[in-house]
Amino acid sequence: MAKLLPVILLTICAASAQKYHVGRAATAADIKSTDQFIAPDGTGLPPGKGTAADGRDIYERRCARCHGKQGQGDEEGPLAGGKGTLSTAKPLKTVGSFWPYATTIYDYVHRAMPFDNPGLLDANQTYAVTALILHLNGIIGEKDEMNAQTLPKVKMPNRDGFVKDTRPDTGKKKK
Amino acid sequence: MPKNPRRSFLQLSGIAALAGCGAQPGAKTEEEKLPSELGKPIRAYGERSQFETAKRAVPDLKRPQIGSTRTPLAETEGIITPSSLHFERHHAGVPELDPAKHTLLLHGLVDRPLVFTVADLKRLPSASHIYFVECAGNSGGEWKAPGGANAAASFGLASCSEWTGVPLKILLEEAGLKKEGKWLVAEGADACKMSRSLPIDKALDDCLVAYAQNGEAIRPEQGYPLRLVVPGYEGNVNVKWLRQIKVVDQPNQTKDETSKYTDLLADGTSRQFTFVMDAKSVITYPSGGQKLTGPGFQEIRGLAWSGRGVIDRVDVSTDGGKTWQKAALQEPRLPKAFTRFRLPWHWDGKETEIVARAVDSSGYTQPGRDELTAARGMNSAYHYNGVKVWKIAADGSVKNG
Ligand code: HEC
Repeated sequence: MAKLLPVILLTICAASAQKYHVGRAATAADIKSTDQFIAPDGTGLPPGKGTAADGRDIYERRCARCHGKQGQGDEEGPLAGGKGTLSTAKPLKTVGSFWPYATTIYDYVHRAMPFDNPGLLDANQTYAVTALILHLNGIIGEKDEMNAQTLPKVKMPNRDGFVKDTRPDTGKKKK
Repeated sequence: MPKNPRRSFLQLSGIAALAGCGAQPGAKTEEEKLPSELGKPIRAYGERSQFETAKRAVPDLKRPQIGSTRTPLAETEGIITPSSLHFERHHAGVPELDPAKHTLLLHGLVDRPLVFTVADLKRLPSASHIYFVECAGNSGGEWKAPGGANAAASFGLASCSEWTGVPLKILLEEAGLKKEGKWLVAEGADACKMSRSLPIDKALDDCLVAYAQNGEAIRPEQGYPLRLVVPGYEGNVNVKWLRQIKVVDQPNQTKDETSKYTDLLADGTSRQFTFVMDAKSVITYPSGGQKLTGPGFQEIRGLAWSGRGVIDRVDVSTDGGKTWQKAALQEPRLPKAFTRFRLPWHWDGKETEIVARAVDSSGYTQPGRDELTAARGMNSAYHYNGVKVWKIAADGSVKNG
């Protein structure tokens, strides 16, 4: 047994041994400054909080010009509306009618919005604006607080509207 | 001996007459005067001839940082797209990244999170492969009506390059992939930090962290200095300006894999993670916007490709789909790359419709528009791969059919 142990240890190490030793070890600081991914289960959501009421002011100053005061769209596309349109001839895909996860709003707004000044919002502002977008779609109340615990629990209306890729669904005919 | 000498005489004189016609209008060239003085001196970086004008038409956009330009497919030959004409699709403009400072962070469900400089990546074993990149939205306009006026407008969000880089598998092995790692999420360094999730099986199969395209550094608008190349998968997952790969146990559900790049079906559900680009082809000559100079010999030329393998066959019809002929395929036929096809044709000068249809090594035959809309409805927006019909008028002008 004592003899076997080093062999086992060796194989375990070998299974994931570095072969080329090129590149340096990433530090916790490297990862912290780069990784801003928010997973649908809430992994990555930072501390902080906000309600739709809190988000009004920043939304009107930073978002409404492009997306409309009520999220109806303006210079750019809407963020609200479109409920019940997905199977019609004129589907309107918005956060409310289409998006499967509320965490995606935080992830996307924090990384990419406002379009011309991305990364502007801090965690509280991002939670607040996220809450406002959810509220404009009638998904949460004006005073419901969004934070790392509550946001992943929000059930989006189209959560079950996504299916697997079943292609090839065409192309089988001619020989 | 011809059976009917009079007929063959008529045919001959017909050809002579045609040749006469063909040479008359517009065909008179100014006499070329070869220069007697010395030419231009040697130079450090080449440019194309001043007489060449192929370009990516730039649409007039309110926000030109979010939009696309298309490869003028009808003005390219062979299978390689010049890097300068590779289509663009940006969501937040083209960042200017200094390769001496740019790094790639590889972390998440790995034993050893690593940071690679561009120089580090170039030290590792390299591989070069020719692959097409096609935007999932290519030909998206054809869902509503087959309206693209020319090959660029209807099919030009597709290009083909030789990509060189490190196989992603090598990097994942260096970092020591944990068995819980089922997906990865890749992120670019553009202003919107474009990000997409990718199944680990694909990452371990044939993906490259590329630093070169067509023998030179990747062009800025194609991801300089690093791009994730995901062969056969929709363009958007070929993340440009790659700066981070995180190994995870579930897809991240980013905006561009939920709100966008999902395919809405007629019943209101949407397919998600529709990565593979199905077989497709387009005739580039004669194609929309061109004009045949007259009846007689024409070489029909076009491009075919498939994300599921190699192109096995391209059938071409010159009578609107009534009869089909096998086109010659340029060798080597490479998986997940453009394949050039050619077919000699004698145009009789009459109005007709021409169309090509690709078959790939998985046995998949490029569908018609009706087949696609029957399977997916009209609102899918992405992954349109129907055959493209060009209408040739008696005056030789070619239009969308
Ligand atoms: C200058 C105009 C502009 C401003 C200001 C702006 N956006 Fe946007 N927004 C855009 C554009 C353009 C897109 C589309 C980006 C894309 O498709 O990659 C977009 C997309 C979005 C989306 C995704 C919509 C969808 O259904 O896919 C959300 C959510 C969003 N913006 C939220 C915000 C918020 C919140 C703010 C304020 C903090 C904001 N935007 C400010 C231009 C703007």
